[in-house]
Amino acid sequence: MDMNAYLSMFIDESNDHLQSLNENLLRLESEPEELSIVQNIFRSAHTLKGMSATMGFEDLAALTHEMENVLDLVRNSKLKMDSFIFDTLFKGLDALEAMVQDIVGGGTGKADVTSIVASLQIILKSDYSANNASAAPTTAADSSNVSSASGAMLLDEFQSSILLQSIETGLNVYHVQITIRDNCMLKAVRAYMVFDLLERNGEVIKSDPSVQDIEQEKFDFTFTVFTISTLAQEDLQTQLLNISEIESADVTLLDAESLAVLSQSSAAAAIEVVEAAPTAAPIVVKTEAAPNERVAKAPAPASPPGGRTIRVDIERLDTLMNLFSELLIDRVRLEQLASEIKRNDLTETVEHMTRVSSDLQSIVLKLRMVPVDSVFNRFPRMIRDLAKSLDKKIDLVITGAETELDRTVIDEIGDPLVHLLRNSVDHGIETVDERIAAGKSETGTIYLRAYHSGNHVFIEVEEDGRGIHHERVLKTAIKNGVVTEEQAKLLSADEINMLIFAAGFSTADKISDISGRGVGLDVVRSKITSLGGNVTIDSVFGRGTKFSVQLPLTLSIISAMLIKLGSEKYAIPLSSIVETGIIRKEQILHVHGNKMIEFRNVIIPLVSLSKVLESPDFNEDVEDETEIVVVRKGEKWAAITVDEFIGQSEIVLKTLGKYLTNIETISGATILGDGYVALIIDPNALIK
Amino acid sequence: MGEELKVIVFALGNEEYGIEVDKVRTIERLSPITRVPKTAAFIKGVINLRGIVVPVIDLRGRFNLIETTPTENSRIIVVAVADMEVGFIVDSANDVIDIDTDAIDLPPEIVGGIKAKYLRGIAKLGEGRLLIMLNLSEVLNKNEIIHIEQIEA
Repeated sequence: MDMNAYLSMFIDESNDHLQSLNENLLRLESEPEELSIVQNIFRSAHTLKGMSATMGFEDLAALTHEMENVLDLVRNSKLKMDSFIFDTLFKGLDALEAMVQDIVGGGTGKADVTSIVASLQIILKSDYSANNASAAPTTAADSSNVSSASGAMLLDEFQSSILLQSIETGLNVYHVQITIRDNCMLKAVRAYMVFDLLERNGEVIKSDPSVQDIEQEKFDFTFTVFTISTLAQEDLQTQLLNISEIESADVTLLDAESLAVLSQSSAAAAIEVVEAAPTAAPIVVKTEAAPNERVAKAPAPASPPGGRTIRVDIERLDTLMNLFSELLIDRVRLEQLASEIKRNDLTETVEHMTRVSSDLQSIVLKLRMVPVDSVFNRFPRMIRDLAKSLDKKIDLVITGAETELDRTVIDEIGDPLVHLLRNSVDHGIETVDERIAAGKSETGTIYLRAYHSGNHVFIEVEEDGRGIHHERVLKTAIKNGVVTEEQAKLLSADEINMLIFAAGFSTADKISDISGRGVGLDVVRSKITSLGGNVTIDSVFGRGTKFSVQLPLTLSIISAMLIKLGSEKYAIPLSSIVETGIIRKEQILHVHGNKMIEFRNVIIPLVSLSKVLESPDFNEDVEDETEIVVVRKGEKWAAITVDEFIGQSEIVLKTLGKYLTNIETISGATILGDGYVALIIDPNALIK
Repeated sequence: MGEELKVIVFALGNEEYGIEVDKVRTIERLSPITRVPKTAAFIKGVINLRGIVVPVIDLRGRFNLIETTPTENSRIIVVAVADMEVGFIVDSANDVIDIDTDAIDLPPEIVGGIKAKYLRGIAKLGEGRLLIMLNLSEVLNKNEIIHIEQIEA
């Protein structure tokens, strides 16, 4: 078998399993008594072990195996989790992640895991010595290993518990024995058809011989499966017999009792350890008895999967996006031509194409949307480790992890969020003593929220820590030359808060390895700005701080208003436009030498775009009436004078390339229907 | 004998310059350039190069030579260096030649008013013909642009 073909699938799935291991271990740490979580962890670890062994990554498999042994004791209630075990398991996970990363990078996935394996074995041994007094736990603990090794037709505890749960939730569980005609030439194909049928109508829990062996024709003419199915017994049997060259299909409906008998008798027969059966039984009962919603989740894999998905190479999506962008430019060009030529059937065709392409556009954009969870999911672990190393108590509450963002944004937003969270842990949340002294609860809370609002996604990092100390911020800012003392006196509270984003600013009294190297928050802000977003701070001294990151939904196609300044064309993102209008010269007010206008009973500044952009051939001063675009940045509004409106259009965002970076007021470029490049104005830069 | 080097030859005024052919993406006729505000004077703006937005700089301006109005012969040479794609406006580009790396001498301090650090060397082509080899990464050095902008501002 060519392993390379399976490698990318292996990597994807390993990452999924590692992630779920991480999450579940964290959950278990907060609810150590919850055995159903251990079941989940065990399942992930077990799958991971199987996959790595199949792929020939021995070290990966070996380490997972040791972790599994420990977990096995835990889920059999023979071992109580303590912080040493958690730390060792987390270390093991880190090592596993490193190995998988190595494999991703083309390595062999080999790593020296002896120290972690040794710690795991110490855990195993100490447990044995502690339990030796009680009745033969060692043999019982071994039973699952022996059973999986022997490969005999018996259900391990996990499988039987799934089956049992399925029975109790009213699903049909069958024991199916299939015999294929002995003159059949392609046994594996027939077997495949059987599995296909079963999986279309439910799920195969266990087969003997294993599915792999069956696929490779390593079986006689008979095989048996345990399956959960939506079909009635007779229907299943008829459908099975309809597959050609099937000699017989014995379908037996299982109930809880027969299942218990089956797993007991086979277990007993296979291992000849009488203790094993009673051990297996109580465990199943225990998980069942626990009145917890997570137990209810367990049968979920048994029901047919809801959505059918495929994994697609990201590059292909990018190519699709690029091709679509080209199409969009041509579409705009076609629209122009059609309006010039004015032939009815041409106009109709172009209009139809426009509708189809805007549907296509929304689908292409949706394809690229990824739940922000893929960034958030590594944070609980990070906060746990940070809090531990700083000796603080911190809860991380995540909401809105399902909020979707364009993949390009997702890829870039991880690091800034890490910085913000680290900052909250390090500078925001106080130590336990300080918190008690301040009359707060021992445990600090960090809220990480994501939500949609209009054309933007907001991500908030809020903590109930010490808040921003204005005096200290000002002192540091003056000391580090960020502002002068005179400037400092004029700053509003918000402006003082924003100082912590200034380059070279750090208020930490001592430099820790977590944050406080003076690089960080300024990098955060420039990164977020480069993504077309912005970040604001809300802070109450002594009560906590909230960072609010505003991000555009997508970075690739936006609606914009095209405007003219003399011979030049520019685009203004529609998302920041409040209104367009025309003002007469006499409506312009002069306040302190600045031009202002009254707009909806508010006085807002009037910004001359031609002056900001140094327009070579347009000056609105000579005009009696001027077109204006009212834009907003958060709560602030401003009116921008332009020469002429061209109209609204979907534009494809392009960067100006790496040579031209950080150009004030220009956030990018787009290619218009006539092939000319138009620059995109960043309204945020126009509002001071 | 040194290695053979394929270079694109272009002209600025009376001088002939060379860029290694593998650094050159394409040579285009002048197309409409969109001005980008608040950039150095030699940055002429951006063009649409088959769907990609590429900045264009006037090499004469970059080397502090007197800028001239483009002619029928003017070309944009688009080079790709260190992830950057940039177009150079040159007076003309009309030759590809092979030169021997041994024929490249270190540049004297100043050649035609251009600082030596922008140059990789001078290639003697025989018959008194000299070819000035550009050091592209210095020509595209952004720190210097920032410096220039500060002086202009």
